[in-house]
Amino acid sequence: MSSLDLAALDPILAEHGPRGRTALLPALHAAQRLYGHLPEPVAAAIGKALGVPLAEVSGVIDFYAMFYREPVGRRIVRVCTDPACALAGADAVLAAACARAGAPAGQTAPGGDWTVEAAPCLGLCEHAPAALVDDQAMGRLSPADVDALLAAAGPALPAMVGGDLRVLTANCGRGRPATLAEYEANGGYAGLRRALAAGPEAVISEVKAAGLVGRGGAAFPTGIKLEGARKAAGQPKYVVCNADESEPGTFKDRVLLEDDPHSMLEGLIIAAYAIGARQAYVYIRGEYPRAFGIVQAAVAEACAAGYLGANLLGSGFDLEVELRLGAGAYICGEETALFESIEGKRGFPRVKPPFPTAHGLFGQPTAINNVETLCNLPLIVTRGATAYRQMGTERSPGPKLFCVSGDVARPGLYEAAFGLTLRHLLYDLAGGLRPGRRLQAVLFGGAAGAFATERDIEVKLTLEDLREAGLPLGSGVVMALDDRRDLRDVLRRLGHFFAHESCGKCYPCQIGTQRQAEILERVAAGRAQRGDAERLRDVGWTMTDASLCGLGQTAASAVLSAMKLWPGLFAEQPAGPGA
Amino acid sequence: MSIDVHLTIDGQPVTVPAGTTLLQAAAEAGQAIPTICYHEHCTANALCRLCVVEVEGARVLAPACVAQVSDGMQVRTRGERVDRSRRTILEMLASAVDLSEAPEIQRQLEAYEAQPGRFPEAERREPALIDDNPMFVRDYGQCVLCWRCVQVCADDAQYTFAINFEGRGYATQIGTFFDRPLPETTCVFCGQCVGVCPTGALKPKREWLLEQGQTPDEIMALTRSERRRKQRK
Ligand SMILES: Cc1cc2nc3c(=O)[nH]c(=O)nc-3n(C[C@H](O)[C@H](O)[C@H](O)COP(=O)(O)O)c2cc1C
Ligand code: SF4
Ligand code: FES
Repeated sequence: MSSLDLAALDPILAEHGPRGRTALLPALHAAQRLYGHLPEPVAAAIGKALGVPLAEVSGVIDFYAMFYREPVGRRIVRVCTDPACALAGADAVLAAACARAGAPAGQTAPGGDWTVEAAPCLGLCEHAPAALVDDQAMGRLSPADVDALLAAAGPALPAMVGGDLRVLTANCGRGRPATLAEYEANGGYAGLRRALAAGPEAVISEVKAAGLVGRGGAAFPTGIKLEGARKAAGQPKYVVCNADESEPGTFKDRVLLEDDPHSMLEGLIIAAYAIGARQAYVYIRGEYPRAFGIVQAAVAEACAAGYLGANLLGSGFDLEVELRLGAGAYICGEETALFESIEGKRGFPRVKPPFPTAHGLFGQPTAINNVETLCNLPLIVTRGATAYRQMGTERSPGPKLFCVSGDVARPGLYEAAFGLTLRHLLYDLAGGLRPGRRLQAVLFGGAAGAFATERDIEVKLTLEDLREAGLPLGSGVVMALDDRRDLRDVLRRLGHFFAHESCGKCYPCQIGTQRQAEILERVAAGRAQRGDAERLRDVGWTMTDASLCGLGQTAASAVLSAMKLWPGLFAEQPAGPGA
Repeated sequence: MSIDVHLTIDGQPVTVPAGTTLLQAAAEAGQAIPTICYHEHCTANALCRLCVVEVEGARVLAPACVAQVSDGMQVRTRGERVDRSRRTILEMLASAVDLSEAPEIQRQLEAYEAQPGRFPEAERREPALIDDNPMFVRDYGQCVLCWRCVQVCADDAQYTFAINFEGRGYATQIGTFFDRPLPETTCVFCGQCVGVCPTGALKPKREWLLEQGQTPDEIMALTRSERRRKQRK
């Protein structure tokens, strides 16, 4: 790299330098687009321009899987190998791509055009097996398509959207984003107008009365969060949209953002108005470049139409929105790690308390919400809490999106009022299993979830019924596994996912995810040793009880649930051939 | 004016000022809670989790080094859950790195009847020792990632920012910008990192050379020539 043209970096330094450390990820993204990777002199120049100590610049580059210190191929081919794609044959696709690229996964042939990687869930589960080639999403791949895959030449992947209700997804499924005009024609931005007329307190009490709880996984009451941030002392305040969606099996937020970006934006503006924030952020995972572009265009449209910016809609209220692109780190979906990432740091979760409503982004009061949660706000404000509560049950009001993947006839995004049964979702909406197959298990809530079986098929999908059944709703993942599937292979992949994604801050998760993955690898290979079940239990409960953040606290959730349901899977196995 | 908070620790009533950590409150009640990452003069990041205790009504265990007392709290510093977590953390740590020069952690392994060999076929962290400066060597095969060295090098003391993290997850290691030798970084060789390291990962060069079997005279000669080399640069 002797001929590195550092002058080409100047415009990037000029743009991002004055903003300081918070611009570190945007600057690294821009530089990597220019050079293909981030060589040392480039990293040094960025550090100097932004005032970030050099050791911390390389610390940040190393943290994020999508930043590269070393040269990579002209094209990066990320083949998802997590459960939903694995069920559909991802390993064969990966092998074919590596063979064609002439290097094993994660490596680049000398002078090679491609770097092929085994990637964590890309949020394209309804199109499994899926891959991302640079910015191009590819789906329904087979090893025979490998030339098209490496050329990033594939058909568009229209979202598969269905369900009993089409409220949150009213504008989804067109195969393209709804325009501002289409969104308005369907009643869009009426909620914002009503909110501005009613005042912030009225908005918050309506959200509380509606009983909305967060859809990002933790099910925290949204009205209480907004109220907390509103009442917290200190300005500026921030609202943040969490669009880091990386829980394996989850793709709902991608569909919402790609097909109806204004719905999330309207919710974000209402939330900002409710708490008195004049700056909003949307943090979109690095693997969603298409959603990023669509939201970027929608923000421009909304600004031009007066829904954003100074004195929006003549209300005297000002709001700026800034988009941030992640760079390959599941942990950055954890709210405090996400703040660190916006601040230009490694995505290490913070110790809580203090909580974000008091001490969030840049140490200021912050309301952070999931995309789907925000999309509920316009609905609540327009219809009113009483009408909103017509959907769902008393304790789980409203509409809910379910990401159905795996062994069903029609994987896709299904919207329904809370209270439908698992049977209705799997068999009536998603078309049931393929002919001749029986249901073996359902992975509920994602990698951080738990397994259900045929016995749970009549369970009502509400927060209260699921809690009773010991099944986490999480981010709405419902992944079906039929009778021919090897659950040990599924568990092995979950184990690998958490080991890959642990941030490494706290001991239980940093070491526990690694040890768990090693044992699950043995179990899947038919080499379980005496005592492995006990080791898995100790590691699992230690991560659950003692980890610092939700990642470690749920990293053994699916494993521990499988151990309860199928203890035989983990028994000592006679050593295989060659042992 | 501080407000008094009443709680119980292992059944024993304790009264301490608001803002006290459970670690301090337990010490007042005569209960020693084991720690690894905690250091009086460093920011507490609650990352080793050896100090976890059970708080009645809480879903997960609480890190005593940062969790603060509150009125009516019932804290248990030992018990099945606490002991399993502590023992497993210690066993996992022993499966990952060389603890032979960490006597305090060795004592904890014994106290919790942890088996250092609990995890067969475990991938260990065994990077090569780095000897790139005249003052100290870095043997990250002994590093427990307590973060103290990074913190004293940064805003906890020196504001030098010579070292930070490489990799993530299990592959995390302390390192310099693009693995530059320390003399080529902002390092001023204040030695504070060596002072706060709880294991043998950061060790004065002289001590290390003596361990390697060199005589004090040989060491003198060596450091003199290293200093000359540096001046010439
Ligand atoms: C490891 C981890 C990953 C997470 N990922 C996401 C995510 O991708 N999107 C999201 O909305 N919430 C995610 N969360 C939950 C957030 O921390 C936070 O609870 C949520 O954004 C709050 O929004 P809500 O109240 O609207 O659900 C994650 C949590 C953890 C522990
Ligand atoms: S639980 Fe895992 S992800 Fe969370 S802080 Fe600990 S190591 Fe990091
Ligand atoms: S001493 Fe409390 S977490 Fe390490």
